[in-house]
Amino acid sequence: MDASTLLHEPPKALSPRAQRVREHTVEIVSDPGEGAQKCGQIFGAVSARMGNGVWTVEIIPAEIQPPPRIPEGASGNRIRVGAGPVTNWGDETNLVLAFNEQVLLGRHRVGALAPDAIVLLESFWETHEDPDIRGAYAAAITELSSRSYGIIPVPIERECLTLVDNPRKGKNMFALGMLACIYGRDMGRIEEQIAYTFRKKSEAVFRTNMDLLRLGHQWAEQHLDFRFEIPPQPSAQRMVVMNGNEAIGMGALAAGMELCAMYPITPATSVSHYLAEVMERFGGILHQAEDEIAAAGVAIGASYAGKVAFTVTSGPGLALKTEFLGLAAMTEIPLVVVDVQRGGPSTGLPTKVEQSDLLASLFAQPGDAPRVVIAPATIEECFHVMITARRIAETLRCVVIVLSDANLATGVQPFPRPLPAAEWHAAPVDLGPVAPGQKPYDWDPRTGVSQRIVPGRLGGAHTVTGLSHDEQSKVAYSAGVHQRGSTMRSRKLAVLQQTLKPAPIHGPDVGELLLVGWGSTKGAIEEAVDRARALGLSVSSAHLSFLSPMHPGLREMFDRFERVMTVEINYSDDPGDPFITPENRRRGQLAWLLRASTLVDVDCWTRVPGEPLRPGAILDAIRATLARGAA
Amino acid sequence: MSDSCASPLCVLDDDRDLGLSDYEGARARWCPGCGDHSVLTAVEKLLVSEQLRPEQTVFVSGIGCSSRFPHYLKTYGFHGIHGRALPVATGIKLHRPDLTVFVVMGDGDCTSIGAAHWIHAIRYNMPMTVLMLDNSIYGLTKKQSSPTTPRGTSTNTHPAGALLAPLNPLATTLGTTNVSFVAQTAEWVPAHLYATLRAARRHNGFAFVRVLQRCPIFMPGLYDAAVKNPTLVEMLVHDDGVLVPELEKIYTKRVAHDPSNLLEAQRLAADTGTMRLGLFFRDESRPTYDVLRRPAPRTAQERIELLNAELDKHAV
Repeated sequence: MDASTLLHEPPKALSPRAQRVREHTVEIVSDPGEGAQKCGQIFGAVSARMGNGVWTVEIIPAEIQPPPRIPEGASGNRIRVGAGPVTNWGDETNLVLAFNEQVLLGRHRVGALAPDAIVLLESFWETHEDPDIRGAYAAAITELSSRSYGIIPVPIERECLTLVDNPRKGKNMFALGMLACIYGRDMGRIEEQIAYTFRKKSEAVFRTNMDLLRLGHQWAEQHLDFRFEIPPQPSAQRMVVMNGNEAIGMGALAAGMELCAMYPITPATSVSHYLAEVMERFGGILHQAEDEIAAAGVAIGASYAGKVAFTVTSGPGLALKTEFLGLAAMTEIPLVVVDVQRGGPSTGLPTKVEQSDLLASLFAQPGDAPRVVIAPATIEECFHVMITARRIAETLRCVVIVLSDANLATGVQPFPRPLPAAEWHAAPVDLGPVAPGQKPYDWDPRTGVSQRIVPGRLGGAHTVTGLSHDEQSKVAYSAGVHQRGSTMRSRKLAVLQQTLKPAPIHGPDVGELLLVGWGSTKGAIEEAVDRARALGLSVSSAHLSFLSPMHPGLREMFDRFERVMTVEINYSDDPGDPFITPENRRRGQLAWLLRASTLVDVDCWTRVPGEPLRPGAILDAIRATLARGAA
Repeated sequence: MSDSCASPLCVLDDDRDLGLSDYEGARARWCPGCGDHSVLTAVEKLLVSEQLRPEQTVFVSGIGCSSRFPHYLKTYGFHGIHGRALPVATGIKLHRPDLTVFVVMGDGDCTSIGAAHWIHAIRYNMPMTVLMLDNSIYGLTKKQSSPTTPRGTSTNTHPAGALLAPLNPLATTLGTTNVSFVAQTAEWVPAHLYATLRAARRHNGFAFVRVLQRCPIFMPGLYDAAVKNPTLVEMLVHDDGVLVPELEKIYTKRVAHDPSNLLEAQRLAADTGTMRLGLFFRDESRPTYDVLRRPAPRTAQERIELLNAELDKHAV
């Protein structure tokens, strides 16, 4: 791409050069409300349906309605499309389609774009009647010329005006048409997807969108001399495609959960949006409570009275629910809590990914309240984790916290279609009479497990209490009772740990460096490891699904590597920072846990960029770490 | 035996004849002279008279002296955390409409730390009998001001006297959207207490009863004048209200109040110059959230089919 030849005089007739690539990363960015996200979502979904590997990430400004045409306002989607499976968002964008030069600058300034990225830029602003806007456009082009982008002006607005009066509502379909042409996307599938996306709108809206789509496709056909072919590999398996929050909602339904109590909080809310649409049909209730605390209380009340209920939140909500989670632990009422993590502390980065709630999930409460903590690493795991979480919560009468994050929440990825099974459901609640002598906490001393007695059962009446209590649920007035209850509640986690498999190792199980991760970083870490190994570096990785209790055999695994380092999206002091010593260094959250439980000198490489980790950045960290080791 | 009763107003449908011993739990550990004892007695009497099955009945409480209540009964009980009885009760009732739910809170529990839940529970209007035992003080933690502590009362947190005029629980409740039942009674008038609780129990909605309650340890004398001189108390009477004929000779100061008149109820509640006992407001036509929310039940097989259809929508 030579920007200078294309900048002012697009060629009229073309015989396009098609280039076959293994993968391409595409961005579409606009001011919020101009539909770039919808365009990107459809592009991603159609690519997945064609059999390409896909990972999409939403580009979201912090404000709902920032002023138009500012770099911080960039809103849209980044779609990494591959010939094979795609497990993360990759490094840099190869092609970006921008509705104005300011949102493009926003992406440029955060280093999102590859140095040779193709830039399709709305040209409307270049000749705008407002001299300030013309000036801003010119200044932006100058700033962008610091890199060798191939900038191609596209008269999106002018073209759309030939079909509609208000191009702000439809440019995104024109853009989608352009992308469909460039990447050879199946127009029939796009039509289906548009019909689904606008299913609540009128037929006229659908037709207008289709016309704009075709116009964009036609424009690209006539004016762009390049095409990219990313060969799809249709899977023999039946696949589904959705984002992580939809997968969590669907997983909850698959697990037979009948009540979700929540309070709106980004980035968890879309789980409830999905459930609000479907849960009632499944015979369930999506309850929007008056606050985060009440959401936990309603879920606990429902679980106490019947099948396991769940609540879904993000960091600040988890903080508010703390006291109720302690009550659930003390009363051994099963509960599933989904925490879709975002940047913290406090309001932090509401729309951005972080893995900062791990320690809070394990320890944030007064007293000892053992909890199970599980972290899905893929969209597929977001679905299945709900079934696992429900089962563990019910079997062990405990709190299970599921740690998702903003990356999984909005990331879209195809995965093998689950086959729902009756055994995934909670068993019907036993309302038969209680056997004579059965106690509310009939702890099996070997396991700490007891059978719960739900209200309605004849002969089982008792009062559950957050006060320390004995097997009869009678309030403890002696130290021995509290010791015993604490032991029984803790023992359940040890029993669970005995049933877990060791964490699998990606790469050889011996070497110079082992990376350890958890949650949504799995794809990026493993891609970095693969690239490093291709360069001859001795590195492997392990990814932990269970954080409490942890997988068995970690110590033995770590001992086979010269160095162990966690890779996490949370804060840690850099060893080179002022005043930082090995003694006072504050480490990554998983690193703390691993050091404590294995006594291995686990290092960490963590960042809080407000975006997913890039495999290239992890690769750099691997190289630096190994170089330090060699020095 | 095991067939559960679907109606929230379910009474006994088996042939057990339930007596006091079927409901009495652990010996109550409240202080001698504490008003909570008489509330417990009235509740036990109610359970017997209404023949509520112990296994179908749940008492939910928060934290405070009065929240020990469930331990002293032989029904199911949920003694939770401070201020949060109502969300737990909401969850129980949402998931299990067949259960009869009582909520017992203190003044601090309900109107201070749990105030948000209180307001919203009124609006949800879920069928439950809600007792707010108001002794105008924190007792369990030993004499700190509560929102209903009278101005000027010396407490451990306001030794020079509570600074602000007390919160008015009746006015607050009556001012909340979708309110459906508000009554006030006093533990030292057992017949009125019992009759009020019975009316509340039979109400299909959120039945809020403020029970004026003596704390002989930390608020001695608060209600002495009213206890000794019934003419200081005004009884709200109406054919649709709480009628206690045997009290007519003692409580001679009576005012006719139609409990369907919300504006008049609000006016009476706002006038704190006179202690009034009786039914302020009742409207059974107000929508209840549990009925609005109740989905049609599905079998496991139906759910699997529905889930397959959902997955098909996302099929590649």
